[in-house]
Amino acid sequence: LTDAIPHHPNPQGKGEKSHGGDFSYVGIDAILEQMRRKAMKQGFELNLMVVGQSGLGKSTLMNTLFKSKVSRNKSVQSNPEERIPKTVEIKSISHDIEEKGVRMKLTVIDTPGFGDQINNENCWQPIMKFINDQYEAYLQEEININRKKRIPDSRVHCCIYFIPPTGHCLRPLDVEFMRRLSKVVNIVPVIAKADTLTLEERDSFKQTIREELRANGIDVYPQKEFDEDAEDRMINDKIREMIPFAVVGSDQEYQVNGKRLLGRKTKWGTIEVENIAHCEFAYLRDLLIRTHMQNIKDITGSIHYETYRVRRLNESNGHVISQTSDHMAVQPKANGQLEEQPGALQANGVAAQHEALSHEM
Amino acid sequence: MEDEGEGVRAVPLAGHVGFDSMPDQLVNKSVNRGFCFNILCVGETGLGKSTLMDTLFNTKFEGEPTQHNQPGVTLKSNTYELQESNVRLKLTVVNTVGFGDQINKEDSYKSIVEFIDAQFEAYLQEELKIKRTLHSYHDTRIHACLYFIAPTGHSLKSLDLVTMKKLDSKVNIIPIVAKSDAIAKSELAKFKIKITSELVSNGVQIYQFPTDDESVAEINSTMNSHLPFAVVGSTEEVKIGNKMVKARQYPWGTVQVENENHCDFVKLREMLIRVNMEDLREQTHTRHYELYRRCKLEEMGFKDTDPDSKPFSLQETYEAKRNEFMGELQKKEEEMRQMFVQRVKEKEAELKEAEKELHEKFDRLKKLHQDEKKKLEDKKKSLDDEVNTFKQKKTAAELLQNQAQQAGGSTTLKRDKERKN
Repeated sequence: LTDAIPHHPNPQGKGEKSHGGDFSYVGIDAILEQMRRKAMKQGFELNLMVVGQSGLGKSTLMNTLFKSKVSRNKSVQSNPEERIPKTVEIKSISHDIEEKGVRMKLTVIDTPGFGDQINNENCWQPIMKFINDQYEAYLQEEININRKKRIPDSRVHCCIYFIPPTGHCLRPLDVEFMRRLSKVVNIVPVIAKADTLTLEERDSFKQTIREELRANGIDVYPQKEFDEDAEDRMINDKIREMIPFAVVGSDQEYQVNGKRLLGRKTKWGTIEVENIAHCEFAYLRDLLIRTHMQNIKDITGSIHYETYRVRRLNESNGHVISQTSDHMAVQPKANGQLEEQPGALQANGVAAQHEALSHEM
Repeated sequence: MEDEGEGVRAVPLAGHVGFDSMPDQLVNKSVNRGFCFNILCVGETGLGKSTLMDTLFNTKFEGEPTQHNQPGVTLKSNTYELQESNVRLKLTVVNTVGFGDQINKEDSYKSIVEFIDAQFEAYLQEELKIKRTLHSYHDTRIHACLYFIAPTGHSLKSLDLVTMKKLDSKVNIIPIVAKSDAIAKSELAKFKIKITSELVSNGVQIYQFPTDDESVAEINSTMNSHLPFAVVGSTEEVKIGNKMVKARQYPWGTVQVENENHCDFVKLREMLIRVNMEDLREQTHTRHYELYRRCKLEEMGFKDTDPDSKPFSLQETYEAKRNEFMGELQKKEEEMRQMFVQRVKEKEAELKEAEKELHEKFDRLKKLHQDEKKKLEDKKKSLDDEVNTFKQKKTAAELLQNQAQQAGGSTTLKRDKERKN
């Protein structure tokens, strides 16, 4: 009987109780295995957005990250007029990928046309709108009376922002974009095509970028305020000292020292993408996929989405609440319990938040 | 959002990406958060509910047995923090105290249904809040209801049928035959069959262990056929062979709790905890809670679409209700204000009246006073006149007297003169 059930590897099975003295195995920790089973059955969803000027290697990086053609390279468009759009477009491609029994629906959202115009004013707006539209779609489904068992999650979990490897400092466009979007989505900035920078140039560039981010109050992922505990903080501090990651992407394999590795072959050498001595692609991959993927999704769901939801639900009620919040407390009604709650809660600081959010766009 | 028109197609990976660690990441997050599990035990007094809980979780939960002196059915809820290896479980055990003790048991199920609904309501309230903290919310919704059937050996009591029928759409019911060491093995099989057929014929939906996941489908479907589980609970240990086992000792033998030939305790533990705890939680959330939420929201007048098939948003209906509520509030406020103004006017009038009266009184008194004063003055005047008259008379009299004296003196003089002559 017991062999048929895959138990969580814990051979002794002896547990400590905070209550009572027996040491026989109850089996509470079997829930971990049950959760794992459920997760494997349901599969996962991940929505990544890439933002940056054309030619910075966005598609290549995505393909390198996921070791498959998940993003279409724009430069192979046959029609030259189509190459650079007049405005920022949002193009979303989804793929089902599977690894060791774990299924994932990966959606890569490309933003061709960003930063490519002569006048780039407000080029972030279509992107902001797209992100907010996804939150809106989720909210609409969530507040339905008859709602789906699993609300399809199209919210952007992470936005990878490509900084051109100028080696100097952030451009006003970079600052403006990241400042606005860091408030609604997790931003992971990367230095694109980092193989044009020497290590010293890279370090000084990174330092400048970090200082500029700090000076402009831009909170990129992982945000300091969402560190859960000391252990988290320690891990994330290390990451924060390294961002932005200087990455190189490639979907070509070359023979290096008898091994086939992803890289870029030049006359002066082959840059190995997954070699941390050459570039920081591996760190980016580990952060995004191997260690912090769940955390990225959690922050999107429990913080960015909730922020959007609060703002949205307050929108029409803003001015009315301040007048009647006192009255609401005085008038208990049978079915008014529902409406009363928001009123009572409005009183604490939501007005301030409403203000803070209103000048987003 | 533009789709490339490819739909979602499967793509092979050229190497190890690393997202196979996702289940681990998810599990780690849950381990950090801790788990919640809430069990409701429904059954008559004395069926060994508390003992069974103690046996299931290997601890002594309550210090003293519950008082059974309350008039109706009350639900007593206790939360415990258990830990096994790295898993922290917040276990809540809810007991029905006094169930089946009443003479008239018609309303016995009501407090149970109310309790279950109250937990759903609390969750719904949290979910509908504007500023909410769902991820740290202590979920008190009942995940499993163990229904204790008395070991009569015959059939289900009507109280049992009625109660289970009322609960089957609100909670996962797992029926168990309590104190099953009171039934002989041969009768037990018949009893189980009778119970199952009665449940089916009355349309009671008990919890079915899920058979869609291949890794547990087999064991779950086997277990489904063993329902209801005939259990025996005990926290006492008896030495059998060279081991200490949980058992109940009788003069004629020892019933070993964890011996599958003696009772179904191990099956219950396996199903409830080791295999399906997560599924119980999920069913509670995606089926029972959703049903409650749907009914509650519809009751309050929310709709998803109106007759013109234009989708209402909860938000809009919410707003409409809110405006309605505001309107009523304002109307009430107006009324109160009117009433207040009215009252003020009335009071003012009263006061004015009183003031007027006072004034009049004052005037009257003043007049009285003046009259009195005049009277007195008149009197005084007449008195004065009298005094004056008297004085005059007196003066006149004195004058006359003086004159008379003078005249008398002169008369004397005249006499004297005459003598002289």
